[in-house]
Amino acid sequence: MLTLVIFLPLAVALGLLVLPRLRDTAVIWVWIGACVVDLALVVAIWVGYDGGIGYETDVRWIPSVRAGYHVGVDGLSLPLLALTAVLFLACAVFSLRQTRRVRAFAALFLFLQTVCLGLFAALDLLLFFVFFDLSIVGMYFVIAGWGHGDNVRSALKFFLYTFLGSLVLLLGFIGLYLGAEPHTFDMADLTRTPPLNGSPGLAALVLLAVGVGLAIKTPTVPVHTWLPPAHTDAPAAGSAILAGVMLKMGTYGFVRIAMPMLPEPWRRYAWVVIVVGVVSVLYGALVALAQDNLKRLIAYTSVNHMGYIVLAVGAAGLAAGDVDARRLAVTGAVTQMVSHGLITGALFLLCGVLNDRGHSYDMDRYGGLARVAPVFAALTVVGAFASLGLPGLSGFIAEFQIFTGAIGSGTGAAASAAAVAILGILITAALFLRVLHRVLLGGPGELTGGVTDVRGSELAAIAPLLAASLVIGIAPRFLLDVIEPASAAVVSLVAR
Amino acid sequence: MNENPVDLLPELCVLAGAVIGLLSGLFLPRARQWVVAVIGAAGLVAGIGAAGVAATRPDTMAFDAFVIDPITHVSRIAVFAATLLILGLAAGAVRAHPRESEFYVLILLAALGTVAFAAAGDLLVLMAAYLLASIPGYALAGFGKDAAGTEAALKYYLMGALLGIVMLSGVTLLYGLGRATSYEMLRDGLSGAPAGAVAVGVVALLAGLAFKAGAVPGHFWVPDVTEGASPVVATFVTTVPKIGAFAALYRIAGVLPRGAVDWPLLIAIVAAATMTLGNLAAFAQDNVRRLLAYSTISQAGYLLVPVAVAGRSDLAQPALLFYVGAYALTNLGSFAVVVAVGRDRLADYAGLARRAPLLALSLVICLLGLVGTPPTAVFAGKLLMFGAAVDGRYTWLAVVAVVNSVASVFYYLRWIVPVFETAPGPHLPEAGELLRGAAMIAVGTAVATLALGIGSGVALAT
Repeated sequence: MLTLVIFLPLAVALGLLVLPRLRDTAVIWVWIGACVVDLALVVAIWVGYDGGIGYETDVRWIPSVRAGYHVGVDGLSLPLLALTAVLFLACAVFSLRQTRRVRAFAALFLFLQTVCLGLFAALDLLLFFVFFDLSIVGMYFVIAGWGHGDNVRSALKFFLYTFLGSLVLLLGFIGLYLGAEPHTFDMADLTRTPPLNGSPGLAALVLLAVGVGLAIKTPTVPVHTWLPPAHTDAPAAGSAILAGVMLKMGTYGFVRIAMPMLPEPWRRYAWVVIVVGVVSVLYGALVALAQDNLKRLIAYTSVNHMGYIVLAVGAAGLAAGDVDARRLAVTGAVTQMVSHGLITGALFLLCGVLNDRGHSYDMDRYGGLARVAPVFAALTVVGAFASLGLPGLSGFIAEFQIFTGAIGSGTGAAASAAAVAILGILITAALFLRVLHRVLLGGPGELTGGVTDVRGSELAAIAPLLAASLVIGIAPRFLLDVIEPASAAVVSLVAR
Repeated sequence: MNENPVDLLPELCVLAGAVIGLLSGLFLPRARQWVVAVIGAAGLVAGIGAAGVAATRPDTMAFDAFVIDPITHVSRIAVFAATLLILGLAAGAVRAHPRESEFYVLILLAALGTVAFAAAGDLLVLMAAYLLASIPGYALAGFGKDAAGTEAALKYYLMGALLGIVMLSGVTLLYGLGRATSYEMLRDGLSGAPAGAVAVGVVALLAGLAFKAGAVPGHFWVPDVTEGASPVVATFVTTVPKIGAFAALYRIAGVLPRGAVDWPLLIAIVAAATMTLGNLAAFAQDNVRRLLAYSTISQAGYLLVPVAVAGRSDLAQPALLFYVGAYALTNLGSFAVVVAVGRDRLADYAGLARRAPLLALSLVICLLGLVGTPPTAVFAGKLLMFGAAVDGRYTWLAVVAVVNSVASVFYYLRWIVPVFETAPGPHLPEAGELLRGAAMIAVGTAVATLALGIGSGVALAT
């Protein structure tokens, strides 16, 4: 069943490429249909999931290096699988008005959907890496083929930078493989008996490789520089997927691979992770504050939001801390992954609406949009407030848990780091209020006249994402019930 | 001593194909010389079949000079299969050429020499195989009798002759020092010999192998021959001889004495230099064949990594064998696209995706395959190669290989980007003018690289 969920989009993509030429709208409806079916299957998996590793499949793939096609879901991967399915559906709906090379566009997104779902379901390092690498290739073609501005250059930078990260990650995986006795790529085996337990120096090196590889994907300061140009020049749906789903591959890797498989070095170097997290939080927020380009601004807030997750997973490695608090931090981190995916996805799609009308992201050239495009304004307001962490929306639930976890862990270092990071929320609040002020309120700018309100398909894509954020903000139990056992497991694995 | 000729059945099949082909070519009218290609292909298919059967038997040594072990099995199958595909490419390109049958026969003989090179367990056989593999190659490079081809042939020949003589002097020296030419006896014989003299002999021997492998410092011929000779010959000389060269290098690396020189370190340095130099030189190329030529040099660098850790890691042999096969297939696919399109400038590929989507997709798969993107075959090869390097305590070499892999993305993308431009270039042939056979081979190899990558477990198990 899980395999079907993963490969259904790919099968539809191949079908779209092979079958006789459909009209463009028909192609998009097929694409939407595939996404709906896939989402329904994910919901069915969620309903049928009852703890532990569910829906497991383990087939031998390359037995000579003990790599297998091993997939399954648990409390860490299930929310991200659901997020992926939701966000891809939103992008399909948003693309109803797409006119440029529609078939290839739909096929590429369906391919990316398989890649993202496969990555979150993978329980084998090699399989994880295959999907990790393919996500780069797929996104490269999305940016280079359908982007705007200096997109070929941005796409190249994205490819080179993240490909370097992926190969460093591969070296780390090889280190894990060679460190395990017997050699294996299987995540479950590696988690059960952490490799390299006797050699702290090597384990630290492997953690460095894995950490750098994942940090580039996340991205954290100082390896975030590929992100702003890639986001700015990607098409709206591409940015939504890149920020909403693909950034999570990095942070997911931390909780899935780095923490449980290298617990001892993770605890030893947790302070490094915390520092990187805090710097990302502050730096991302401050640079975002200085942007005039709306899309670039949202891109930098992603660096800020990912920083909270990194801070949380770092705090979870402080062995001296209180266990409950550390669990809370990990739960908050996973919640933040889902929440950020929904909110930033919606914000990037809103940016796409703006660019569609005015062909510019420059905030100074807009103004007073609340009058000419009230629905657009309302959606932007909700998105902005969700992103800055207003109670009642998902961002608050996530960030509250992260900060409570980090401060409550009882160590002075984590508490002071969290206190500094809270400044990030303050800056984010300021910058989003400034966005609302510059774009929605005030007198009309030079491009305001051309802006029409969101269309039905755009509303149908964006509103559900914000509604989901609201649901999580008000009634988060259904999500937390799934995440909490898994985060408790991660914390106990790190404490070994 | 085992002197059973049946052990050499795969080679005999191909030899028979070449000889019968040459003889029939003398009598066939020009328009029907394609029959020679069919005869050659039949010989190759029989050779592959015989090699497959031989692979199920225990390892042995034929005529005290011809090692029959997994390395030989893989080399045989890879060389014959690659040659078969190249015959397919050639069939369209040299159809009704005045010397068509000679072309096929020369390719078969060069392939035969390559297998002997891979399987040689004795320096004298290695030397003879070197000549058998090289001389048809020189003739093929100048086959077109045009200015560029003549220059290519001359460069190829001079380089090959020079390094061949150096290699021969190395063989002579090692024979004198070790009092034997067989690898097994040299292993013992050289241990008591003066270390300095042994080092000189081994370096001279490695020079000839570097020429065949296209590795630094024997790489100078690669770009000129690849650009000057016909595309089919370029495909052959950058694909097939490498298979034999790396098999031979791996064998010799296994018997090198521990003496004055740290051989694994030397080979690792050569590997690092080869991959870096190939990549740096590929950056600025506007000619796709020169670009691919430098790419093959950088790939030779990656292939030297398992040679450097030979005997230090269990992963070295599977890494080398899998990588060499995956490389041959992927490189062949990329060249098949060049043969099919028949254009050399990067800019001429603009809009290929629109005109021939399947061919363009194959090109993208092959080029990304050369980068090492999963799930293509080269990815599995690179994975094993990285693993072997780290396992063999050459982590720095793995890091150099990683940096080079990332850098190589840049020039492969320089080729991929124009392919997806909307406006076709002025020199891009119409869909009907593409060589059908070559395009089919390109698509087939692209699919095969994916299949070999996904099914690498099956391939590695056997």
